[in-house]
Amino acid sequence: MLEFIQDNIQPYFNYWVYVILMMIGLWATIAKNNLIKKLIGMSIFQTAIILFYVSVGVKGEGSKIPIVNPYTEAKSAEVVGADQHGEHGAKGGGEKYIVEPDNYANPLPHVLMLTAIVVGVATLGVALAVVQMLFKEFGTLEEDEILAQIKNADSASPDV
Amino acid sequence: MSDQFPILIVLAPLFGAVIIGLVGSRDHRVCMPVVLVALFTSLSAVIGTLTQVLETGPVDYFVGGWEPGKMAPGIHGPVEIAKGFGIQLRVDTLNGFLLLAIAIVSIFVSIFSIRRVNQKAASKTPQFYTLYLLLCVGLFGMTITGDAFNLFVLVEVTSLTSYALIAMGSKRRGTMAAFNYILMGTVGASFYLLGVGYLYLQTGSLNMAHIQEVLAANDFEIGRSKPVMVAFILIMVGIWIKMAFFPLYGWLPNAYSYCPSTSSCILAPLMTKISVYIMIRVMLSVFGWEWIFVDHVGWSDAVVILAVIAILAGSTLALAQRELKKMLCYLIVAEVGYMVGGAWLGDPERWGMSGAAYHILADAFMTLCLFLCAGIFAKKANATRIEHLSGMFKKMPLTMTGFVVGALAMIGIPPTCGFFSKFYLIRGGIEGGHWEFVIALIISSLVNVVLFFRIFEIAFFGAKPAEGHDHAHHDDEKDDHSTNDELTLLEREAPLRSLIPLFGTTAIIILLGVYNGQIVEWIRLTIKP
Repeated sequence: MLEFIQDNIQPYFNYWVYVILMMIGLWATIAKNNLIKKLIGMSIFQTAIILFYVSVGVKGEGSKIPIVNPYTEAKSAEVVGADQHGEHGAKGGGEKYIVEPDNYANPLPHVLMLTAIVVGVATLGVALAVVQMLFKEFGTLEEDEILAQIKNADSASPDV
Repeated sequence: MSDQFPILIVLAPLFGAVIIGLVGSRDHRVCMPVVLVALFTSLSAVIGTLTQVLETGPVDYFVGGWEPGKMAPGIHGPVEIAKGFGIQLRVDTLNGFLLLAIAIVSIFVSIFSIRRVNQKAASKTPQFYTLYLLLCVGLFGMTITGDAFNLFVLVEVTSLTSYALIAMGSKRRGTMAAFNYILMGTVGASFYLLGVGYLYLQTGSLNMAHIQEVLAANDFEIGRSKPVMVAFILIMVGIWIKMAFFPLYGWLPNAYSYCPSTSSCILAPLMTKISVYIMIRVMLSVFGWEWIFVDHVGWSDAVVILAVIAILAGSTLALAQRELKKMLCYLIVAEVGYMVGGAWLGDPERWGMSGAAYHILADAFMTLCLFLCAGIFAKKANATRIEHLSGMFKKMPLTMTGFVVGALAMIGIPPTCGFFSKFYLIRGGIEGGHWEFVIALIISSLVNVVLFFRIFEIAFFGAKPAEGHDHAHHDDEKDDHSTNDELTLLEREAPLRSLIPLFGTTAIIILLGVYNGQIVEWIRLTIKP
């Protein structure tokens, strides 16, 4: 049992959590009766994917935020002729930094998730507006009550 | 200038939307000219790009100049840009025609929407047109982009605007349908995003062409790994939810039939079809047909069987509807089955996938034609149910003519495009040995015959008097419109702003049919390996 956890769960802990969160979200989206709870489920579902992407960007022990620090992080090696790349290499006095990609987390998934967060906020906003419209129309947020009201309205005047 | 055409297609409606958002609320009369200028700019840019594509082959555009191989300023001087950086727009013969279709459909619907939008809430006109143009941005962008993550963003732009368009000014059931659509649509888009994440994990790229290169390198070394398979399944499920493919179609009928008719006219012809296009694009340009049809043979058989069920279920459910718009919505479900089935028939050398690509174009205009008619009937004669259409040939002969053309195309009668797309699909089915698909197509055509000739009969000879209640009720309502014999044809008939788009669409349906050989030949330039 312990071995199983050590081999399969511990190294992929983030991925296990994201799958579990995603399933919680999906279940709430489908099974909950209250519309707001459905929306909460939807948000959990989206957030789980953000966790997945952020986990993708991690590169193991020692990887840091992707900002190159010329004083501590980067190893200075071959000296480049300052005349050739004068304006660009000016800061380090002609020294060239060899940036070791393994020392930095991958920034791209994080940037992608900024967009996905914005999309998620917008979706939630539209959804809440629609829920507000529904509440004004029906006076309730329980799905079964709303469906019952729609059904009654249907049988009263089938033409609508 | 002409090298900037691809981005102009997307930017023109975006700027239009911003202008309407800023100025429109002060003066509603600004909206319509801005919409038309923006869409016509897009249309001319599409035509410009398409002529380039037909003359010299696919056009690539790199947003912001991030073209691989070019030099970009780096910390230590110019650096060569590696592959997979930046957002690529790519127009080839497959999506070029689709862009043209989107531009034409959106222009027609915007003409159709004049004086229709503000029935319920006059103050909402600028908001409607802002959303309308943003929807066009999303649709153009989804079609033109060559970047997998950018595609997700544009899918969400399109979906968000369509949620709002469906909820806007619709009845009680429409709002509930919009809410369900939000849940389903978000889950679909999230699945797609997750799939792209797995692909990125394996390939380190988001550019479609670059992903394919990496997957296929070293005889599919990466392509055969499990995460890529998971990615494919997630992306497909996500897109299938978006296009309302058979088991996942639950949101579509209510969402499209209870929303305002201008919204349904733009959404019904384009949304599902663009999703089908995305599926074909992902199959061809991201994973590659060898990966799907050679490495995973069993999948295509299973999907074709699902498509067969979709076609039969859509047709059967359409037969059970008494409401015109709802019937058309179930027909869309069946049509999606045609296209998905066609695309999965196998080897693009065969005719199935070309037939599906041509059917996207054909179906966009057929659906537009029928939904325009449904909108006109609902507004002018207050007819939303099939029985209400009695005597329509006499009351509104011109609109009914348009409806007949659309219906004949849906059934598949030779001069219209519907016949040729079905012909190619059936040919692909026979070549691929999928006889169940061929049989389903023929059954569905027969069901369409029943559906539409039932409407023709009612519209020509009048409804049976059995449903007296409905009939009496109906007469009361439309007393002021069309029952009065003294009204001239012009007064009874739909206004010009509705008839121009309708007849434009019918003309395109027939032109697409007449020139089908040439168009399919062009489409096959991209599809054939």
